[in-house]
Amino acid sequence: MMGDKEKKRVSSLTDLPHEILEAAYKSGIEASEDKRSATYMYIDHSLVLSKVNEHFAGRLELLDTKDALDKYSWLQDYLWDIIEPDKDEVTKSVFEEFGGGYFIRIMAGARVEFPLQSCLMISGKKVKQKVHNIVIAEEGSEARIITGCSMHTKAERGEHLGVSEFFIKKDAKLNYTMIHNWSEQMKVRPRSATRLEENATFISNYILLSPVKDLQMYPMVYCEGVNAKTELNSIVYARGESRVDIGSGVVFNAAGCRGEIVSRVMAKENSNVKARAIIRGNASPAKGHLECKGLLLDDTSVIHAIPELVGARKDVDLSHEAAVGKIAEKEITYLMSRGLSRDDATSVIVRGFLDVDILGLPPNLQQEISSMVDKMDLGL
Amino acid sequence: MNILELENLSVEVEGKRILEDINLHLPEKSTMLFFGPNGSGKTTLLLTIAGMPGYNITSGSITLNGVDITSLDVDERARLGIGTGFQLPPEITGVKLRDMIKICAGGRPGDDLTKEERNLIKRFKLDDFINRDINLGFSGGEKKRAEMLQMMALKPKLLLLDEPDSGVDVESLKLIGRELQKYLKASGASAFIITHHGDILEHLDSKYACVLMDGRIWCRGNPREIYDTILARGYRECAECHVRHPMED
Repeated sequence: MMGDKEKKRVSSLTDLPHEILEAAYKSGIEASEDKRSATYMYIDHSLVLSKVNEHFAGRLELLDTKDALDKYSWLQDYLWDIIEPDKDEVTKSVFEEFGGGYFIRIMAGARVEFPLQSCLMISGKKVKQKVHNIVIAEEGSEARIITGCSMHTKAERGEHLGVSEFFIKKDAKLNYTMIHNWSEQMKVRPRSATRLEENATFISNYILLSPVKDLQMYPMVYCEGVNAKTELNSIVYARGESRVDIGSGVVFNAAGCRGEIVSRVMAKENSNVKARAIIRGNASPAKGHLECKGLLLDDTSVIHAIPELVGARKDVDLSHEAAVGKIAEKEITYLMSRGLSRDDATSVIVRGFLDVDILGLPPNLQQEISSMVDKMDLGL
Repeated sequence: MNILELENLSVEVEGKRILEDINLHLPEKSTMLFFGPNGSGKTTLLLTIAGMPGYNITSGSITLNGVDITSLDVDERARLGIGTGFQLPPEITGVKLRDMIKICAGGRPGDDLTKEERNLIKRFKLDDFINRDINLGFSGGEKKRAEMLQMMALKPKLLLLDEPDSGVDVESLKLIGRELQKYLKASGASAFIITHHGDILEHLDSKYACVLMDGRIWCRGNPREIYDTILARGYRECAECHVRHPMED
């Protein structure tokens, strides 16, 4: 097994111990590597796999943040540029000391057609992980990235503190999907922020399907350039006494910006979810919409939807819809009228609720989602 | 042989009596149209036959193809051959039109569409909708086409259609009417159709119609004659006519 003191670069995903590979699978990493542009895997505080740079020479660069800071003096200007180090205890802690992270730079005008996968994994017991990630999508570039944050099954307890700063330059597009697969004993504190320049697009998909002890995050997207666009989607299935406080925020600071926040939350087994969202319109015209749907699968859990809209210019157009409850009876009977039993109808609706059209998820993750739903005790 | 028999059927919704002693026989391979003013109980009758929850049968029985289905659930009735096209079908997040087609055809959501199903989708001009959440953002006409498309995939023996022609443009109406008639003729299925308009009659081969008012059947006869009478003299004439010519079942 790969422990803290056995950090090494491995030549292929298949060189990794099975348990780690399986955990990686659950986070959306394909072992065959043939359907992905490249692979980057991060175990504990060290880089263990990096094939990206040779695959993407001239189009994309991937480094450990510490190495990148040594290599590029200009990177200091980006570090802590959109997140204040003294924002909270988490940022303070990472500011004082961090064990690496990833630096991804998509070169100007480059197209990264397939999802680039990067993986944060925690192996060994009781690990406290502190990372600082920086992603720069240079002018006119276009990329899709899937990040799987995953726990090695041996790591029963752990703490993940992660700061991520995204810079989407003029005319650039970034589609960023993050799939979390934490262990039930994990405390997770991501702190993320994104800055969009003129005509830039940022699409973020966040998926959490496994139980987590305690997750709290509220990534913010700042639309600083005219006509910047963003979509923030999250799917959270909280179970096994999960404590989840998850939000998404968009701030329009320039004219012509558009933003949409969509969150779908399912909760059961004494879980507690706060689903927050905020859109601030500080510039106009701007259009923002947020949608929060919460599905309660039993009577032991709580979903607290907190949608906020703040308009500070008369020409902003901000709207929201939020709904929390059980599955609508009319949806069940509609499906039953097509010949499905009540249980099958419920399962179809729940699976639909978890379904999102996210590009490039490996089939095994799709199957994982499906089988998870199939095995669920719906408790209705 | 009758495909559907309603005997002395009385129905309550939320404790309120909506249908009163309905008797009706629908011969197999036939289409019956239901007219009636708003709030007369037409939809209640249709959804009671479909077996939707909330429609409480206080007396009487429903027989489908000789089988008493009065106490069966909606899914059991669907599996026995009842297909329901709703007036206001619900939106379901994440469940695509293509999933609904597969479910109707007895498959699973996510299964590949067959060539026959793809042709069907094309005929209903819903190619651009198959990967969209069912009914979400669909126009009135698109919803009706999607309902009828599902019926074609479900292949029911008895179609229960609640206003398949309302909110539908002229071309869509023609499409729905023709596809429906084609299906009925080819399959030998029967249909029970609620409508407020006579236009759909142009596309359907139907000999039977009823007028429902205040939860009771007031008139039976030829669809065209009944519709023309309603158009000329209103539903009041049905009531007066009923007094002049007491109806036989």
